[in-house]
Amino acid sequence: MSKITSLADLKKMKEQVQANLKLRENSDASDTLVQIKVGMATCGIASGAKETMTFLVEETSHQAIDAVVTQTGCMGFCYAEPTVEITLPGKEPVVFGYVDKARAREIIDRYIIKGELVDGIIPVNFRTIDEK
Amino acid sequence: MKTISDHILDISQNSVKASANLIEIIVREVWNDDLYLLEIRDDGCGMTPETAARAQEPFFTSRNTRKVGLGLPLLKQNAEQTGGSMEIRSELGKGTTVMAQFGYSHIDRPALGDMAGVFLLLAIGHPGTGFRYDHFTPEGAFSISTAELLEILGEVPLKTPEIMAGIRELILTNLMEIKATI
Repeated sequence: MSKITSLADLKKMKEQVQANLKLRENSDASDTLVQIKVGMATCGIASGAKETMTFLVEETSHQAIDAVVTQTGCMGFCYAEPTVEITLPGKEPVVFGYVDKARAREIIDRYIIKGELVDGIIPVNFRTIDEK
Repeated sequence: MKTISDHILDISQNSVKASANLIEIIVREVWNDDLYLLEIRDDGCGMTPETAARAQEPFFTSRNTRKVGLGLPLLKQNAEQTGGSMEIRSELGKGTTVMAQFGYSHIDRPALGDMAGVFLLLAIGHPGTGFRYDHFTPEGAFSISTAELLEILGEVPLKTPEIMAGIRELILTNLMEIKATI
């Protein structure tokens, strides 16, 4: 494909992509949607949350996982950044700590796809830095 | 924060927290005056003059998950290290503008870094918020906004891998066109 240098080029590209887009839009989103929140405050960014989020966005797209990846602020676990909160459909949210690319891959492959528990969950009874 | 774009990602979170509808990111390279200017402007809830002044202190934060807030102090430090400065203009109910001035040719001025990636992550990570990015150099200007992207894309999601790659290429080629310092 030719180089994208203008919005018009992008529009052409979008039309090609649209034609190939899988028809999974008509599935009922709310009972299959995985919600992923990446802690993107100063502490998160300094620990590489940007790379983690980029990977999560790209990988869930590649694997056609129905997921919405958003950013959130600091959850208080600054020592365990990057932190990621994942809510599987119909489940309680689970927060994972120290999520670099390798851990993010493990979380997608094992927790999101297979529903297995993975090491590194920050339990609800963990304390934030202020409570320590 | 290693790059200017890291700061942009960081400071924009403040604007999102302030319930901004539109966040404008403006980078100006003024080569003749040896200046590199960064401006992040939002239409969020704004701050009182007292809060705006305190926001520059490392031990001030509006959140209650922790007692420190380093985003703005780190930007201030980085700007001052290059002979520059940081200023916050804010009006309650109107919005906040953070302006940082760097010495363009100073050895400690951070590189812009992965601005295309940051713009994409902001747009994807905050679907309800509008973002606009303007970059000016003496060679020209480049501008991109989530509003125009969403209009073009229609129901095709921004996070579609091909679209993300396309937008990244669009930003990079245009920044190169205006000889932006990346």
